[in-house]
Amino acid sequence: MKVSEQWLRELVNPKQNIEDIAEKLTFAGVELDGIEPVASDFTKVVVGKITQIEQHPDADRLKVCQVDIGEDDAIQIVTNVASVAVGQNVPVATIGAKLPESDGSIFKIKKSKLRGVLSQGMFCGAETLGIDDESDGLLEIPEGATLGADLRKVLDLSDKILDLDITPNRADCLSIVGVAREVGVLTETDVAELEQVKVESVNDQAFPVEIKAAEACQRYAGRIISHVNTKAETPSWMVTKLQRAGIRSLSAVVDITNFVLLELGQPMHAFDLDKLSNGIQVRMANEGEKLELLDGNTIDLKTDSLVIADANGAVALAGIMGGLSTSVTDDTQSIFLESAYFVPEFIAGKARSYGLHTDSSHRFERGVAPDLQVRAIQRASQLVIDICGGEPAAITDTVTDADLLVRPAIQLREKRIARLLGINIPTSKIESILRRLGCEITTNQKGWDIVPPVFRFDISLEVDLIEELARIYGYDQIPATLRQMKPLVVQSSEAEVKLDVFHKALTSRGYQEVVSYSFVDEKIEKLLAPQGNAVKLANPISAELSVMRTTLWSGLLKTVSHNLKRQQSRVRIFETGLTFVKTGADLVQRKKISGAVTGTLSDPQWGQGVAKVDFFDIKGDVESLLSEVVGSEFNFESVEVDLPAALHPGQSAKISYGNETVGWVGALHPALEKELGLGQSVYLFELDIEKITSREIPAYSKVSAYPAIQRDLALVVEENISYADIERVIKKSEIVQLVDYYLFDTYSGEGIPEGQKSLALSLIFQDVSRTLEEKEITTSTNALVSMFEEQINAVLR
Amino acid sequence: MQELEQLVVDAQQKIASTSSLSDLDQVRVEYLGKKGLLTAQLKQLGKLPAEERREAGQTINKAKQAMNAEIESRKSTLEVEALNTRLEQERIDVTLPGRKISTGGLHPVTRTIKRIESIFVQLGFDVAEGPEIEDDFHNFTALNIPEHHPARAMHDTFYFEDGSLLRTHTSPVQVRVMEDQEAPLRVIAPGRVYRCDSDITHTPMFHQVEGLMVDEDVSFADLKGILEAFFKAFFEVDDLPTRFRNSFFPFTEPSAETDIQCVQCKGDGCKVCSHTGWLEVMGCGMVHPNVLEMANIDSEKYTGFAFGFGVERLAMLRYGIDDLRIFFDNDLRFLKQFN
Repeated sequence: MKVSEQWLRELVNPKQNIEDIAEKLTFAGVELDGIEPVASDFTKVVVGKITQIEQHPDADRLKVCQVDIGEDDAIQIVTNVASVAVGQNVPVATIGAKLPESDGSIFKIKKSKLRGVLSQGMFCGAETLGIDDESDGLLEIPEGATLGADLRKVLDLSDKILDLDITPNRADCLSIVGVAREVGVLTETDVAELEQVKVESVNDQAFPVEIKAAEACQRYAGRIISHVNTKAETPSWMVTKLQRAGIRSLSAVVDITNFVLLELGQPMHAFDLDKLSNGIQVRMANEGEKLELLDGNTIDLKTDSLVIADANGAVALAGIMGGLSTSVTDDTQSIFLESAYFVPEFIAGKARSYGLHTDSSHRFERGVAPDLQVRAIQRASQLVIDICGGEPAAITDTVTDADLLVRPAIQLREKRIARLLGINIPTSKIESILRRLGCEITTNQKGWDIVPPVFRFDISLEVDLIEELARIYGYDQIPATLRQMKPLVVQSSEAEVKLDVFHKALTSRGYQEVVSYSFVDEKIEKLLAPQGNAVKLANPISAELSVMRTTLWSGLLKTVSHNLKRQQSRVRIFETGLTFVKTGADLVQRKKISGAVTGTLSDPQWGQGVAKVDFFDIKGDVESLLSEVVGSEFNFESVEVDLPAALHPGQSAKISYGNETVGWVGALHPALEKELGLGQSVYLFELDIEKITSREIPAYSKVSAYPAIQRDLALVVEENISYADIERVIKKSEIVQLVDYYLFDTYSGEGIPEGQKSLALSLIFQDVSRTLEEKEITTSTNALVSMFEEQINAVLR
Repeated sequence: MQELEQLVVDAQQKIASTSSLSDLDQVRVEYLGKKGLLTAQLKQLGKLPAEERREAGQTINKAKQAMNAEIESRKSTLEVEALNTRLEQERIDVTLPGRKISTGGLHPVTRTIKRIESIFVQLGFDVAEGPEIEDDFHNFTALNIPEHHPARAMHDTFYFEDGSLLRTHTSPVQVRVMEDQEAPLRVIAPGRVYRCDSDITHTPMFHQVEGLMVDEDVSFADLKGILEAFFKAFFEVDDLPTRFRNSFFPFTEPSAETDIQCVQCKGDGCKVCSHTGWLEVMGCGMVHPNVLEMANIDSEKYTGFAFGFGVERLAMLRYGIDDLRIFFDNDLRFLKQFN
């Protein structure tokens, strides 16, 4: 809310300068967005009158004006302003004037010649003087201003505008009176009571008002003013006040209702009485009802919306905007003023549901004091009669709730204050703060019974009062204490594999963590997961960020692409985060850890070739990561069903533990590689973190004191036999003394029949209680070889 | 005997001229081996008359000992030479780069969250997580923000067709903690949050850490104490002035905005703090009794405080980053600066 310092000081005039007042407001919860002077720090700009205009002899677009600035001699000014007229009052920057520019530099007016003609000054528009005004051309000067007078004084340009950010709880500060009241409390300064005008009625004309929705509209005051000149001009003082609050002057009646809204905080509406038929009804909208609003848009009313209606239907969206058909125009003879109290819960959210937000809805949603309606209508009547003339009728004041102004008392306990704030505020201080805030105070045994003022919608509980005390007494008066705390020993299980462990495993293998948006491009998501179980945002920021990721690969691939395009040809990245998958009616949010690698295995360095990463590099990374999950045996197998569309069918493996799928590892499908314009092979993995968080706690077993003996075997098998098949044979063999084995070579080519391959294994035998004999090892090895022969048709090479 | 003398002279020459241990060994065999020349002399002793035998034997043995000594001496000379040669041959340029396995690192947001967590864990707080697609109840209603409350407009919420939403803060995690656990509580909830807003200073996703402490007599003074301790630890300064301004959040009462003295200019005023000397870093307050009651915590018995702040904001201040959006570009040249 924009507040003019001068207007504020008419009501409350503390000794402090405006910056100090603003700081007090900020600390007490009314945040300051800025203080702007209404005009720049210009000097020597005065009121002048154009007495004569001649065409410049050498320039079509220039005019030579004689200007009376209240001195003995007129001065001559050459201008390019086309609209100048003889007799016009104009702002004149005289010789020696300093005009600050928006970039901080200062423009000085000097005697000069324009195309050979003497010019002794310059006419000024709003922008030249740093005034925030949309109108172009010269600044208008009121009639009767003294020639030569300082423009700053004539137009009241010493004013400053406070831009206050009023939080939703402080509806009471959405008016000049409200802000003045707050400043009065904070600076302990008396606030001038605005004279409560009473405009007596001159006739008994009354327009009937019927409140049908009594729970939503608890008060409706109205008054007819007839024989009004709606074409009257709004006085300049009011135009200025409106302007400085950011409201444009439109026409006298509208300006007056806006002025009262700014001054008192009561939104009002003026109807053209002759366009209303048979009285006002305040009711909920009917099914199918339409209303053409003041802004020219026609809306389909919803039945949860409160409307003002006449016999012909809705004429205003209550508390939000009036209707066009009954609005005041230049032809209006009589007006009907509305000043109502609508219950916030019935207005809240309604404007938004029609895509509207008005000064009126902003206030009604947050709460307009229910004791303001008649006062506001009196104030508006006074202004209408002053400015437009007219004959006021009696005020009708319809109240549906007899207890409208009754606020229940709140119990405030002195002990509770100390307990919640951690300080003891002196009792007398507590009472004086509450009194200044306008509360009624009754002392009782534990503290007080407090009746808050009607305009404070935000005070209904004891804590609300305690907050008032804290903010007025000052948060800086509360000490910072590091309290004694009972230890809360956070039990962390040794069996739990923390995310940290995976982070370390990956970063030590050269992976860089990335954090990408959880919403991704629908196109990419469809390529990666064409089954279409992604959830879509109803109000995305853009198409590129419109669906929730079902896999972290979408963000990783985007990141790979981003970096490849920036000369980073070796990319090793990972991310952890939730994926969002629709499964039937449910939405599953699962935490994943995923990686992507592309480019060379290592950074280029001397003495080593530059091998490109392949499947087995990323598989090694995944195995190393999974090795942290001690005690779980993970299977990697090639599958055809359920394979993610993103993966290469011949270079991908499902990772499982028992019957559970833990994740996937593989090459990006070449079609996608092309589609995404990556231009090089990318390898991916994704693991479900929740399935790899539990490991075995180490259990000691004795280290054998006897030597281990190694035997090497080379098996020739059919090409389609996988290493996993060989491992299965070994595991099934149950040879106790075979304590370890590993693959040390694979070979196909010369010496191996077409369609077959050779796999070379080392077998390690050991016993915990004795040295094994040659014979035993030979027997075991032979047994294993026959199993290989029987089960996978292997031949010893 | 002359023959023997000549033999010794020859041997000496040969020993001296050897250039390797194997040459030397050949000389040794030539003279002292089973079929060596000197060995042959010894074998011929038997043919001498008995009275000459003793003297000749002694002479030959002396020659043999002398030859052995010569060989040993030559041997150690050659060994030293061989070692020196090896050392010379094995000399390398130790300034060549070591064989690297390059390591990666964590995103600055994760790095910052870890630092924040470790400070609060020392203060006895637990760390909790929750879903990012939330229901209206946990994101708003349970936090004392009923439907159509004007405060909802402050949140720029992303919605889904079914009415669920992307959490606008991590406060719903606190609600879930209060539903699941008994007071006393001390917990922080770090994580991703979402607001429908994107410009130079806003990204539609960012990270927050929210904290909650509920106990029998927690006060605003305790809140100030914990937050001051945190900021000092985070920015590693002994003296970091803070100030608390009244504000409004539906879920806390009293509520405050917390400013810290600008860590860049120490309060003198600079670009980072818009020349105010202060940085707004956190919203906080005493948990609203409605919020406690909705989670079935007796608000007469227990009081608590809650706070929340943006992780990127703290990371930017800590590491001097001047552009929020760069966090989510994931440019490796940016990310690697934090390894």
